[in-house]
Amino acid sequence: MKSLVCMKQVPDTETLVQVNPAGTGIVTEGIKYIINPYDEFSVEEALRLKEKFKAGEVVILCVGTDRATEAIRTALAMGADKGVHVKDPCLEGADPYVMAQTLAAAARLIEFDIVFCGHRAIDDDFGEAGAMLAELLELPQVTLVTKVEVAADKKTATMERDVEGGKETVEVPLPCVVTSQKGLNEPRYASLPGIMKAKKKPIDVKDLSALGLTVEAKLQTRAYAMPPVRTAGKKFEGMEPPDAAKAVVQALRNEAKVV
Amino acid sequence: MAKVMIYGEIRAGKLKKTAFELASEGRRLADSLGGDLTAVLVGPLAESLAPELGRFGVDTVFAVNAPELEAYNSEYYAQALAHVVKEKSPDILLISHTMHGKDIAPRAAAKLGVAYVADCISFELDGSTLVGKRPMYAGKCYAKWVALGSPQIASARPNVLVTAENPKDAKVETVAFSVNANRRTYTTKDLSLDTTGKVDLTEAEIIVSGGRGMGGSDYSLLEEMASIFGPTATVGASRAAVDAGWRPHSDQVGQTGKTVTPNLYVACGISGSIQHLAGMGSSKVIVAINKDTEAPIFSKADYGIVGDLFKVVPEFNKELKALLAE
Ligand SMILES: Cc1cc2nc3c(=O)[nH]c(=O)nc-3n(C[C@H](O)[C@H](O)[C@H](O)COP(=O)(O)OP(=O)(O)OC[C@H]3O[C@@H](n4cnc5c(N)ncnc54)[C@H](O)[C@@H]3O)c2cc1C
Ligand SMILES: Nc1ncnc2c1ncn2[C@@H]1O[C@H](COP(=O)(O)O)[C@@H](O)[C@H]1O
Repeated sequence: MKSLVCMKQVPDTETLVQVNPAGTGIVTEGIKYIINPYDEFSVEEALRLKEKFKAGEVVILCVGTDRATEAIRTALAMGADKGVHVKDPCLEGADPYVMAQTLAAAARLIEFDIVFCGHRAIDDDFGEAGAMLAELLELPQVTLVTKVEVAADKKTATMERDVEGGKETVEVPLPCVVTSQKGLNEPRYASLPGIMKAKKKPIDVKDLSALGLTVEAKLQTRAYAMPPVRTAGKKFEGMEPPDAAKAVVQALRNEAKVV
Repeated sequence: MAKVMIYGEIRAGKLKKTAFELASEGRRLADSLGGDLTAVLVGPLAESLAPELGRFGVDTVFAVNAPELEAYNSEYYAQALAHVVKEKSPDILLISHTMHGKDIAPRAAAKLGVAYVADCISFELDGSTLVGKRPMYAGKCYAKWVALGSPQIASARPNVLVTAENPKDAKVETVAFSVNANRRTYTTKDLSLDTTGKVDLTEAEIIVSGGRGMGGSDYSLLEEMASIFGPTATVGASRAAVDAGWRPHSDQVGQTGKTVTPNLYVACGISGSIQHLAGMGSSKVIVAINKDTEAPIFSKADYGIVGDLFKVVPEFNKELKALLAE
């Protein structure tokens, strides 16, 4: 089973985000970066498919600056076979359409039975690139997937996906593009031997011209701002539960007017 | 003349409330631009539900149906939506950022060769440019975005746009369409939906959430509170509760779960980690019930009760029931 995993490097979820003084983005100094958590589910699922079929390959496709190498190495240490790192100044802060175009161009040079994306990158929170990639590759999309069961002939797969208020089970011809959702699996940690092996695994670095692509932005950001500051309100402490409960319920009606 | 279009979502035989939210916002935008407002409805009920959109200011509804549109399928529905957009060439297209919207919008946008400003919480116009304000990093900051392509597409977070009636005699126009069956897609084998009518977290007006402090999978106290609040209330959870297997993954609120903006968020036995706060910090009103006076959730809560949730919540439910029975 050959899987292509599209993986983004994002700021750690612990990051205290600060908008830069010019309001053009966030302050990036001192940020620790991680693999986008949804993309980590993708890496894990791809590894499990390779293990299940006892054959195949897991290729990591990552668009990013130099520091993204670290994320690719982490995925290789988890067990992925090789990396494709698309690095080009024109792609910094690329919007989801441009990203999907880039991923599609790179994907066309790779053999795969299935493509995994995350359902959303937790930095920009767009949640667009996966389905857009599916469309550009003219492949079916199955989004918000929590279960993947590939048929023995690798021609179809049965998947479970989240829908509003429940689950949908679908049968999809392969290849297709999956977007991973929480619940798909528990990603493994890289082992020490895995980390050692990862150092020797190949990472193919490409720029836009190597992909034969020129891109034109489809979205533009205007101004970043911090959310309104939320401060502590009234705290009911040292009161009997019935009194505290009553005070808050009354306040919800009379002050906050939400009940 | 500027043309504003919305995509209306149909669920369980009805137009979703988000369709009326989009129509109301679309009307405001169309009026400022001196243009008209149209809507696209897809599927077997498109024509029969179309007139309802007139109530919220839609001038014309484009109804699309085909045998393959009987039930939702991302490829066919995206084809239908993209087809109408190409034929009617609106300047602005609004979609809801619901589960359904998140599935159809990127595929339809890619068919049109554009990206869209996702998950907006408000809109403004700069000349004829639509500016959408959206949370990023799950709400740790906000940014304004514009779409450079045509049409300008944006999706709106459910529950934040204000609905306003503005009765019009909506014209209904059936748009001829047949699917491109060369495109492969999935087939639905089974759809298991919660029939209790529980609202999705991202669309709930009130969320009662429980964390590790619940101590186990018995959430009946919180279910009870939600049911007293009524059908627009639902139960959520922190990641600790989800990881413990007490609640389904779909209930997780936070940076790697759902970002929510209810009118009221009641956090019970939740400490208020940065990831959790990111996902619920823009709720209108926050109530925290926690036995630890130092818990970070109190620094964001409008009302905090320091105490054992198993003692406080039953009293809270009693008070609430009495108040709502009045
Ligand atoms: C990559 C990553 C992503 C993450 N994403 C998310 C996310 O999306 N959402 C999320 O929620 N977390 C997320 N987390 C986890 C987060 O860091 C916290 O671990 C988690 O939110 C803690 O959940 P909690 O508040 O329920 O538990 P705890 O932090 O353990 O807090 C439990 C609280 O309950 C109180 N309590 C205990 N018993 C009682 C009682 N009887 N009555 C009243 N109060 C009581 C305690 O005082 C305590 O404050 C993420 C972490 C990582 C590393
Ligand atoms: N820079 C990137 N490199 C590789 N994959 C990406 C990149 N950006 C986005 N993706 C993929 O697209 C998914 C959705 O991203 P987004 O539309 O930005 O929320 C991510 O989970 C990744 O799988």
